[in-house]
Amino acid sequence: MPPIKRTKFKLSSEQLLEMFYWLKLIRAFDLRLSTLVKQGKVRSGVYTGIGQEAIIVGTCFGLRREDFICPLHRDLGAFLMKGVDARTMMSQMFAKVTGLSKGRDSALHSGVNELGIFGNTSMLGANLPVAAGIGYTFKMEKSDNVVIAYFGEGASNVGDFHEALNFAGVQQLPIVFICENNQYAYSVPLEKTMAIDDVAIRAEGYGFEGIAINGNDVLAVYQAMQGALARARGGDGPTLIECKTYRWHGHSEHDKAFYRTDEELAMWKSRDPIPTFTTYLRARHVLDDAKLKEIEDRAAQTIDDAVEFASNAPDPAPEDAVTDLYA
Amino acid sequence: MSKELSYLEAIREALAEEMRRDPKVFVLGEDVGPYGGAFGVTQGLHEEFGDLRVVDTPISESAIIGISIGASQRGYRPVAEMQFADFISCGFDQIVNQAATLRFRYGGRATVPIVVRAPSGGNVGGGLYHSQNPEAWFIHRPGLKVVAPSTAYDAKGLLKAAIRDDNPVVYFEHKYLYRRAKGPVPEGDDEIVPIGAAATRREGTDATLLAYGAMMLPSLEAADRLAKEGVEVEVIDLRTLLPFDKAAIFQSLDKTSRLLIVQEDVRTLGIASEISAVIMEEKFDALDAPVMRVTYPDTHPPFSHILEAANLPNADRIAATLRKLVEY
Repeated sequence: MPPIKRTKFKLSSEQLLEMFYWLKLIRAFDLRLSTLVKQGKVRSGVYTGIGQEAIIVGTCFGLRREDFICPLHRDLGAFLMKGVDARTMMSQMFAKVTGLSKGRDSALHSGVNELGIFGNTSMLGANLPVAAGIGYTFKMEKSDNVVIAYFGEGASNVGDFHEALNFAGVQQLPIVFICENNQYAYSVPLEKTMAIDDVAIRAEGYGFEGIAINGNDVLAVYQAMQGALARARGGDGPTLIECKTYRWHGHSEHDKAFYRTDEELAMWKSRDPIPTFTTYLRARHVLDDAKLKEIEDRAAQTIDDAVEFASNAPDPAPEDAVTDLYA
Repeated sequence: MSKELSYLEAIREALAEEMRRDPKVFVLGEDVGPYGGAFGVTQGLHEEFGDLRVVDTPISESAIIGISIGASQRGYRPVAEMQFADFISCGFDQIVNQAATLRFRYGGRATVPIVVRAPSGGNVGGGLYHSQNPEAWFIHRPGLKVVAPSTAYDAKGLLKAAIRDDNPVVYFEHKYLYRRAKGPVPEGDDEIVPIGAAATRREGTDATLLAYGAMMLPSLEAADRLAKEGVEVEVIDLRTLLPFDKAAIFQSLDKTSRLLIVQEDVRTLGIASEISAVIMEEKFDALDAPVMRVTYPDTHPPFSHILEAANLPNADRIAATLRKLVEY
């Protein structure tokens, strides 16, 4: 199998700024959600990905509409980048009829087939066989579209992970498996859940390449992703990219995360993907103060508008607790 | 004269016809490829439709269902084979949490047109893990449909209906009937057996007997015996367990006022329990006797044929209960 090409990629200033906007928007969205939970305006069920944004931006940037993503519970940004508007996502969190599930579920358990988004259940890893099924249809159609399947290092211990990656390897499916290794499965640290350091090496057992990268460097993620996408689109099968990262908040917003030290959190905050990328953009003269303000304002306005919209959107009717069960 | 097929051949014919009709239909499962399936149901399909549409999978029941769900979201209509219904527990989460809830949590914006074929049932010497009747697990899950044909005609017609249905359907095919049940099958390409409709197999006025799957055989035999004793039993084949045909049951009860339900599944919280409860709530006034049940006892299917025969409902037990019912 050909190794992942360390493709040289060229991103225009506009593209780099667009990436930066997504990082900012996703961060702002999650921070606002966290506040809304504390204010009692959004009822629980909120799993933020603060600190992990570079993974979503680096993997979703430039995807085709026809490519299919199978995000996990922290990947709200993936929905936004794949084309769901912020109003809809905020409505989903407010359990309003204008949300994806019309109030049936506040979390990310709802997809949009037309935009190539699958919504998983709470059973972590259960999206991976589904991703294999979507990838299988691309194979049947001899299409060069790709499935991007996300999972945490915790979910790599679930049986569905094995069944899905094995099938993907056997069938050489066009899938990029993205491991968001944020070091903890809820409260349990990685060293208690696996006897290896890198989830990436598990790929070898399924006959394809796995690589471990810095998941807090959006360009490193993007570069690895471009290599894996080229392989998948070229018919050379799946790749596993393990992105090392850290979630700043608890497992969910109600979790105080007392199982980790302040020092550890501070160390990872010093690796915040956003300042790192900001420094890079400034050094390349892509970003200046004016542009920074413009992007931050744009993100803030989008969030404000979404909150305003969702707050005023209609609640579901009680009788809809039993509808939409059957076609 | 129309041709006759075995129940097993009828299933195969339904698969082949639907695959010819609709390129989005494909089958996947363990040993379904060139080998033709553990029971031979998919024989010939690989030859006709090739590797891509007749997929030999690893031993991965959860993935088999999950792959089916994924394909369904791109407009395909996969038919997943569980080698034995007993193994369906390995794919349970994908059926009950992924497939059954998808439309609901998508706010009605998506459908899940998958079929899970599950060879079920005892009386074949299969022992604990090749004899089970796990239909009640799925009847208990809103969002699914559950069917269980008893004739070759229904085996074909219901499978075609299941494949064309936009909801996830669990299709219980009874192993005892594979080669024992034979008969005519639907001939026209669009002749199907609708999901949700029971069938009256025998008219009667003295009592109603509800059954499905392989239990239709001893049920009809018991009804014949009662007829010789001057008791006319109406025998209804449920065919669909979720949603079951309440109207047909109520209509028959209006005539007979007495009901016996026979299930090969274990006794506690099976379909008989639910039907009985619905009748208590909605049809109590029509009854002249309590609803009675003949079921498997609450135990596991043993290997010894002596032990298994002790468990399986048979014509003797059904006839004895029918006598009790009409004499009540």
